[in-house]
Amino acid sequence: MRNELLALNYWPLIGIPVVVLGFAMRFNPLLVVTVAGLITGWAVGMDAVTLLETFGEKFLSSRQLASFLLILPVIALLERHGLRERAKGWIATIKSATTARILSLYFVVREASAALGLLSLGGHAQTVRPLLAPMAEAAAINAYGPLPKPIRDKIAAHAAACDNVAMFFGEDIFIAFGAVLLMDAFLKENGIAGVEPLHIGLWAIPTAIAALIIHLFRLSRLEASIRRDIALWQANDAPTQQGAEA
Amino acid sequence: MSLISIDDIYLLIGLVVAILVILTLRDKQHPKRLTTALFWGLFGSLFLFGDLAVNTLGAKQAHQIAGTMVIGIALLAGMGRVSLGNYQETSPAEKTASAERLGNKLFLPALLIPLLTVAATLLLAGVSFGEVLLLDPKHQTLAALALACGVALLVGWRLTGDNPLKAVAGSRRLVDSIGWAAILPQMLAMLGGVFVVAQTGDSIKALVSLFVDPNNRFGLVVIYCMGMALFTMIMGNTFAAFPVMTAGIALPFLIEGQGASPAPLMAIGMYSGYCGTLMTPMAANFNIVPAALLDLDDKYQVIKVQIPTALALLTTNIFLMFFIVFD
Repeated sequence: MRNELLALNYWPLIGIPVVVLGFAMRFNPLLVVTVAGLITGWAVGMDAVTLLETFGEKFLSSRQLASFLLILPVIALLERHGLRERAKGWIATIKSATTARILSLYFVVREASAALGLLSLGGHAQTVRPLLAPMAEAAAINAYGPLPKPIRDKIAAHAAACDNVAMFFGEDIFIAFGAVLLMDAFLKENGIAGVEPLHIGLWAIPTAIAALIIHLFRLSRLEASIRRDIALWQANDAPTQQGAEA
Repeated sequence: MSLISIDDIYLLIGLVVAILVILTLRDKQHPKRLTTALFWGLFGSLFLFGDLAVNTLGAKQAHQIAGTMVIGIALLAGMGRVSLGNYQETSPAEKTASAERLGNKLFLPALLIPLLTVAATLLLAGVSFGEVLLLDPKHQTLAALALACGVALLVGWRLTGDNPLKAVAGSRRLVDSIGWAAILPQMLAMLGGVFVVAQTGDSIKALVSLFVDPNNRFGLVVIYCMGMALFTMIMGNTFAAFPVMTAGIALPFLIEGQGASPAPLMAIGMYSGYCGTLMTPMAANFNIVPAALLDLDDKYQVIKVQIPTALALLTTNIFLMFFIVFD
């Protein structure tokens, strides 16, 4: 074992500690990742021109990752005209709406639709910021009055988390989704026959159900946690005259 | 040929970014006006001129130029030369008044984006005018999204009277507050590319195999699941971790060594990676971008909220895998 440890070529691994260290030292992540790429390339003896070429090629071929920039103008336009205010006002008319219920309902719909392959039905730019987060906040404001920023942030962060968890653990059930196809291709490449994409999708169901149970359980406790936070805030540093910004 | 091709979508993104750059340059009170404009200008020109450069200069030279520009982008961000500017916003009173006037009609364009994207993906795939397809067959969802955003913008224009240019101008504050996080996923794809060339996967495989006891089934399952989560946290992407960890641990030790069933092993292994995605700032588009979009004071708050669910699910996955894959 000792000899094998010494014989192993560690140079290709150098990028990993660079990423971890750079992040721990709070350098800008763009810089950290670029430096990790440069050091890795240099450590394995790539020449500078090839390295630049790899950088440019990969950056250009992953441009579709920036497509959410197209959604923002529409959302910004609607927000200039009171979309978030309208979302809050609408929730105020529904007396039974609570933060936990709104988030739970969204979670179930999001996970179920993702399992059917309808991934675009949610998203942070198109649904969480303009609709879900303001509605979840408004439900808490209806119940408790104006809220301080930390509590509003907590509710908004939960709204974002709902979208992520529900989408991640729903999408793999859908057999045409990229992850399932990637696994299928990997198996075929490595000479393992007789596995259908359907099987892979099927075996995603137990984890998907576990995600549903775990996250809905956490959301069911969110309401009490918000109530506790508000009581604490009112006891300590709630402004007496001018209310917090709603 | 397709009417809405991926190249058109890149041009559209480039155009939006170009308008933002012009507005940044005209923002005279902007504390870092020129460098912020340069940052987004470099980024936007990769969308506007990327394909043109590949076609005229050849792939090799175009990629070298693009790579140099990417390093410029990283340097500008790394030296803190990119910041927020000043924005003309409507007052809360104006917003409330407008919300009352327009009522629930305001929801329409917002709901059109997800609904039209899904409808167009499902219904318009394969629709063509003569030889020309409407949506790029390789990027249907993306083409559908671009189409949906276009329609929603027109409906929003008609509804509010504010034209698309004003809409893009309004999005500048959102784009600026997202800042570098908007570019991180592409940078990580770039790092992944270098790792592939450097054969980092083989080294990880060799390293892991030194520390694995090939007879301890539970230990192997724990190492595979945790390895997927940890490597995903570093790479920001489960798809980058999956081939490395699966070829390094799952294939030789679990499938070949212990006769594990491949389908559930892959499925649960991939999901263990997703648990890592929930816990890392490297998965910027899921964890950091929303924190900026939602104006959270703590940009790690979404991750903090997700950690309990992620850890509970990782534990669940380990036990599920252990009890399911060996039968």
